Amino acid sequence: MTQAAPVTDQTIRERLVPFPKAHFLAASDLNPFVTPQLLDLGDAFVDFNRQSSKALDLLHGRTVVNLFFENSTRTSSSFEIAAKRLGADVVTMPVASSSVKKGETLIDTAVTLNAMKPDILVIRHSASGAAELLSQKVGCAVVNAGDGRHEHPTQALLDLLSLHRAFGDVTSLTVAICGDITHSRVARSNVALLQMMGARVRLIGPPTLVPGDADRWGCEVFHDMREGLQGCDVVMMLRLQLERMAGALVPSTREYFRFWGLDREKLAWAKPGAKVMHPGPMNRGVEIDSDVADDLSVSLIQDQVEMGVAARMAVLASLSARWGDAR
Amino acid sequence: MTTVAILNARLLDPATDYDGPGSLLIQDGRISRVIHGAAPDLAADRIIDADGLCLAPGLIDIRVKTGEPGAEPKETLKSASLAAAAGGVTTIVVQPDTDPAVDDPAMVDFIQRRGAALNLVNVRAAGAATKALDGQRMAEIGLMDEAGALYFTDGDKVVVNSRTLQRVMSYAAAFNALIACRPSDPWLTEGAVAASGELATRLGLSGSPAIAERIGLERDLALVEQTGARFLVDQISTEGALETLARARAKGLEVAVSVSINHLCFNEVDIGDYRTFYRLDPPLRSEADRQALIEAVRDGLIDVITSAHAPAPAEDKRRPFAEAAPGAIGLETLLPAALTLHHEDGLDLLDVLRPLTQGPAALLGLDAGVLAEGAPADLVLFDPGAPIIVDADALHSKSKNSPFDGRRLQGKVVGTWVAGRKVH
Repeated sequence: MTQAAPVTDQTIRERLVPFPKAHFLAASDLNPFVTPQLLDLGDAFVDFNRQSSKALDLLHGRTVVNLFFENSTRTSSSFEIAAKRLGADVVTMPVASSSVKKGETLIDTAVTLNAMKPDILVIRHSASGAAELLSQKVGCAVVNAGDGRHEHPTQALLDLLSLHRAFGDVTSLTVAICGDITHSRVARSNVALLQMMGARVRLIGPPTLVPGDADRWGCEVFHDMREGLQGCDVVMMLRLQLERMAGALVPSTREYFRFWGLDREKLAWAKPGAKVMHPGPMNRGVEIDSDVADDLSVSLIQDQVEMGVAARMAVLASLSARWGDAR
Repeated sequence: MTTVAILNARLLDPATDYDGPGSLLIQDGRISRVIHGAAPDLAADRIIDADGLCLAPGLIDIRVKTGEPGAEPKETLKSASLAAAAGGVTTIVVQPDTDPAVDDPAMVDFIQRRGAALNLVNVRAAGAATKALDGQRMAEIGLMDEAGALYFTDGDKVVVNSRTLQRVMSYAAAFNALIACRPSDPWLTEGAVAASGELATRLGLSGSPAIAERIGLERDLALVEQTGARFLVDQISTEGALETLARARAKGLEVAVSVSINHLCFNEVDIGDYRTFYRLDPPLRSEADRQALIEAVRDGLIDVITSAHAPAPAEDKRRPFAEAAPGAIGLETLLPAALTLHHEDGLDLLDVLRPLTQGPAALLGLDAGVLAEGAPADLVLFDPGAPIIVDADALHSKSKNSPFDGRRLQGKVVGTWVAGRKVH
C-alpha cells in the first residue's frame, strides 16, 4: 500500500472537473481536453477505493437509478458500487420482472421514472440508440451503460484508465481490437476514444465479424492475427457471443480459437511486453486462452474490473459537478 | 345538370404533354370541354377563376396503407380520404395488409363500399397475392379482380417462396391481372433497419445491403420473363436495381416500376441520431441512389411515384430505432414533396406529374389521370411556388409520422375535385 495521504471529499473536490455534456451517451461526448482530467480523477478514485474507508458524500442525497434491460451482473454492480461509494442512494430496477415486459414502452418507463425525480439514470438496453432516446425524455443525467451494438462509453473510459496506469502516455500506443467487431459496442466506443486520444487502432477478425466499412473509421483492418498483431502494444480481445458461432458467422468455436483466439503463440506476434485486455465476461478457450488471461504479467483484465468502479465514479462525480448548488 | 367552368388556369396534362393556358368545362362529373388558350365566354352554372394557378388531373396514389379494418386508431378510410383530398390526391389504392387481410372479394367490396360512402375521393383496393399474406397459398385473384381490385400484392411482405410467386404470376396472367412485389432478398435483409453503410455501422444498426434489392429483382424479373405476367416492381430504391431493370427492359421485358416519394426526397443521413420518422422500409439509401432515382424520373423510366403512406402512431414510432415501426405518412404532402423535383432538381412539371397521374392510370387501366373530354373531373388546382412549412399535427391523418414535419416545401393545393365535386 502507498503511504500517500488518505483521499477525502476535499481532495476529490480539488480534482473534480465538470463533465462536458449533460449526459454520457457516447465516447464522442468526451473531448481531448477533459479526458486527461477525468483520468486524473479516476486515479484519485483508484487510490480511494484501495483505502479501508470507502465513503464519500459527493452525491449525498442524490438518487441514481440503474435501469438494466439486459442482464449484466458486472456492469450493474460496478455502477452500483461506484454510486454508493460517492454517497448516492442507488436503486437498481428489476426490469426483467417489471411492467416493461408487459408491453410498456421505453418512453413510458422513462416518463414514469422521471416523475420520481432521480438525478442520474444509468441505462443498458438491447437497442442501439435507446440511451439517446431516453435522454430526450427525462430531466436527469443519463449514462449509457451499453445500447445495442452502438456504444458502451464507460467501458472505453475504464479501458483508457487501465492503459493510462499501465503505460502512462497513451498517445503513442498501437491497440489491436480483436474478434467480433460488428456486434460490439465496446469496440465502437474504444475506437472513438482511443483515436480521440491519439492512439492507433487496428481491427482484427474474420471478415464476417468486421464491418465492411470499418476502414472508414480510420482504423487498419486485418483478417490475419499474425499480420495484425505485429508491433501492437495492446491486444484487446472481445467477447464472442456463443449464439453467433455454430455456422452462422464462424464455423465452430474450435476453428475460431485456432485462427483468432489469443494464446501464447499469437501473443508472441505482438510487441514484446504487450498487454492483454478483455471487457469480460470471457469465453475461455474460445476467444482467449486461460493461460494468457490469468497471467498477471501480461493481462490487465483484473485491473479493468477495478478501474471500472473508479472510472464510473469519475463519470458520476463529474456529472454532478455540472449541477451546482441550485439543483 | 349543373355545369362548372374553371377559367384562366395553367393546364398541366401529362397525357397530352400540354402545359399552357386553358379552361375546363365540367358536366355530370366529367370533363365536357377542354379549351386551350384564352378563356372563351362559357355558359356555366358556376364559374371559377383559377387566376393562372395550375390545374392538373388529380393525383393517383397506388400505395396507401390505412388501419381499416383492424387498426383504426392508426388511420381509417375516412381520415386517409380527408388527407388525400387535402393533398390533391383523387384516387387512393389501399393496401391489402389490413387485419383481416384483403384477400377475398368480400373484403375488396367492403373497402370500396366504405370508401365510396364517404363521398370524398375514389377509394380502390389492391388485393392480396396470397391468402392472409402467408406467402404460400394463392388468393382468389380472379374473384377479387372481378370485384374491382386493381392489382395484387403482399404489400411490404416479399413472397419469399419463388414457386408460390411463379404460380401467382402465371395464374394472374389468365386475368391479365397486375402483380406487384417488393424486390428484396429476405435473407440479406433479415432484421435490417437501415441502409448498409458506414452510418448504419457506426450507429450499430443492422443494415440492408443494396444488392439485396438487386438479387430480389433479378428473381422477380426472371419469373416475369417465364410467366408473361403483368408486373409492377414495387418501390425500387437503389441505383443497382435500376441498372438491372434497364437491362431487362433493353431485352424487351415490359415491367412497370414505382418509387416512393420519400426515396426521392431523403437519404440515409436523414436518420441522423436515430430519428425514427425516417425509419422506412425499404430504408433510406445513399445520396447516389437518390440522385439515380431522380434521374430515372427525369428520363421517364419511373411509371409511378407513390406516397408509400404508412401511418404509425407515436407509441409505435417513439421507440429505439430498431424497435420503431417503419413507414411514413405522405398523402397530404405528396404533391409539394414531388414539386421539389421541379424546384430543386429542375425537372419539368409535366415530368413530375406524369408518374403521379397518367402513369398509374395507364398501369391500372383507369380512365382518370388525364384532362380530356369524357374523362372524370378528378382535378387538383395548386399554386406551384407557394411556400409552406409542414406541420404534422395539422395534417388530416390520424397518425402524425411525417418525415416532412417542420420542413419547408413549395406548392400548395388550392382545390381538389372528385367527379366534379369539390372535396377540398
